[in-house]
Amino acid sequence: MIDVDVTQRLGDFRLDVAFQADAPIVGLFGRSGSGKTSLVNALAGITRPLRGRIVVNGETLFDSERGIDLPPERRRLGYVFQDDLLFPHLHVEANLLYGYHRAPSSSRVIEPGHIIELLGLRRLLQRLPDALSGGEKQRIAIGRALLAQPRLLLMDEPLASLDLPRRDEVLRYIELLRDDLAIPIVYVSHSIVEITRLSDTVVLLSEGKAIAVGEVDEVMGRHDLRPQTGRYEAGAVIDTVVGDHDLEYGLTTLRFDGGELIVPNVEALVGERVRVRIRARDVSLSLARPAGLSIVNVLPATLVAIDDDGGPIVEVEVRIGDTALQARITRRSCVQLGLEEGQRVHALIKAVSLDRRSVGYA
Amino acid sequence: MSLTPDELVTILLSLKVAIVSVVFSLPVAIGIAYVLARFEFPGKTLLDALVHLPLVLPPVVVGFALLALFGRHGPIGAWLEDWFGIVFAFRWTGAALAAAIMGFPLMVRAIRLSFSAIDRRLETVARTLGGSRIWVFVSVTLPLALPGLITGIVLSFARSLGEFGATITFVANIPGETQTLPLAIYTYIQTPSGDLQALRLSVIAVVLSVAALIAAEWIARRKPLLHGSRS
Repeated sequence: MIDVDVTQRLGDFRLDVAFQADAPIVGLFGRSGSGKTSLVNALAGITRPLRGRIVVNGETLFDSERGIDLPPERRRLGYVFQDDLLFPHLHVEANLLYGYHRAPSSSRVIEPGHIIELLGLRRLLQRLPDALSGGEKQRIAIGRALLAQPRLLLMDEPLASLDLPRRDEVLRYIELLRDDLAIPIVYVSHSIVEITRLSDTVVLLSEGKAIAVGEVDEVMGRHDLRPQTGRYEAGAVIDTVVGDHDLEYGLTTLRFDGGELIVPNVEALVGERVRVRIRARDVSLSLARPAGLSIVNVLPATLVAIDDDGGPIVEVEVRIGDTALQARITRRSCVQLGLEEGQRVHALIKAVSLDRRSVGYA
Repeated sequence: MSLTPDELVTILLSLKVAIVSVVFSLPVAIGIAYVLARFEFPGKTLLDALVHLPLVLPPVVVGFALLALFGRHGPIGAWLEDWFGIVFAFRWTGAALAAAIMGFPLMVRAIRLSFSAIDRRLETVARTLGGSRIWVFVSVTLPLALPGLITGIVLSFARSLGEFGATITFVANIPGETQTLPLAIYTYIQTPSGDLQALRLSVIAVVLSVAALIAAEWIARRKPLLHGSRS
């Protein structure tokens, strides 16, 4: 449980954020300059707010009225930065144990051996940070933060300085430790892909204010927040369960409330929960059920809303059972098909548009 | 070439003066370098100028100032003698003080550069990992500044071995007490037919300086062993 209400002035920028969130992973989402890092720095005790209150799991870390302002070393919030910031003069093992040795022995719940196995660091222990890849370094930085026995893990764009394959690697490990360790995480990113894949609750920041707090699919699906969440990346987030695997063609069937989705091989066991993000531009609409088509996902749906701002592109919201889905189509198609609210349509989703980056373990 | 007893006395005195001056000035230099590298405060420029003064002043002037301040009748010298029984004037301790003052700017400059080059976020991470300010300074800041520390120590040590002007002005040229290598060489040059002795001592001075450089290089190479240090 995170309860934040802080005001801070940094030059011309004013941070004025208040929200409460209780979820395994809270996503802090916003454009660059929206105040994400400033907020995390205030949480960690690196900067000091003008006024306000920061409470994590019932522990007051900062309260201007009661004169409480714990220094960073007593807040016990693990902080993982965009750059790994490993200590260059210490080998991997000493880096990992830096915080562990500082934590009171009574609070040592997370053991080095466990983290080393979990993050696959065994063979790196005696190496120096200079000799490692970006993904390895970031994994060590995460392990180091965890071994300091934090009550909460702050991750500020932990993937931003990695190349694409490394991002996927580290993302997998983050999902792994979320499931394994049950430490709440505040995950900061300007990438809607990462936020929707990882977080349960999302806090949307804009110009130093929290303009929306809620379930990730709810916030990301809201039309009025498009300027902040981004029109290009608009889409829906669907929680699904792995139905079965088609080994011959390497396809996986995902079941959700309202239907089934067929996607390229998902590395998850049958029955596991998996979250899929479907971008609006990957969804087409058809009035009749089409035949002779390469598109494998054809889902009957009800048209709920048409967002037409007069431009060449309109955004159409449909419902499949209780699940909302967005489609981006040209205004011409919308007019020619005579689409209107309440109509029965078919949503077409190319299986290949749902690649590994849009499917994650929920 | 074997050393005469007189030469040995001179060498040992020079080494003692240089080592003592480095050992006592190092903590002060680290403190001032840290303050100059990390903090903005009124009077910073003045402090910076003061530290650099020995570098730009004629050494004789520094020696004269030391004599005025730390001499037995100087304000600081008299006070130190009354309260602690410490005497600098015409003692080897005075030579060490003069050497420390003359080497100080070199030491501070090297260490300050090293502090400035450290990514401060490393210190921030260390704090979030539970390290107190002091522990972070000891476990992160100082080890990362090690190259600068070594450079500063070597420069200041070499400067101490070569110190002449301030020393001879402050504590004179007393064999066995304040007559360090450069002073002894100077004395021999002033003596008729002393050229050979002057040459012998000069060779020794070269050997000592080169040895100091090699030792520094060796320590710097050994640095990777620090990587194993726990916690």
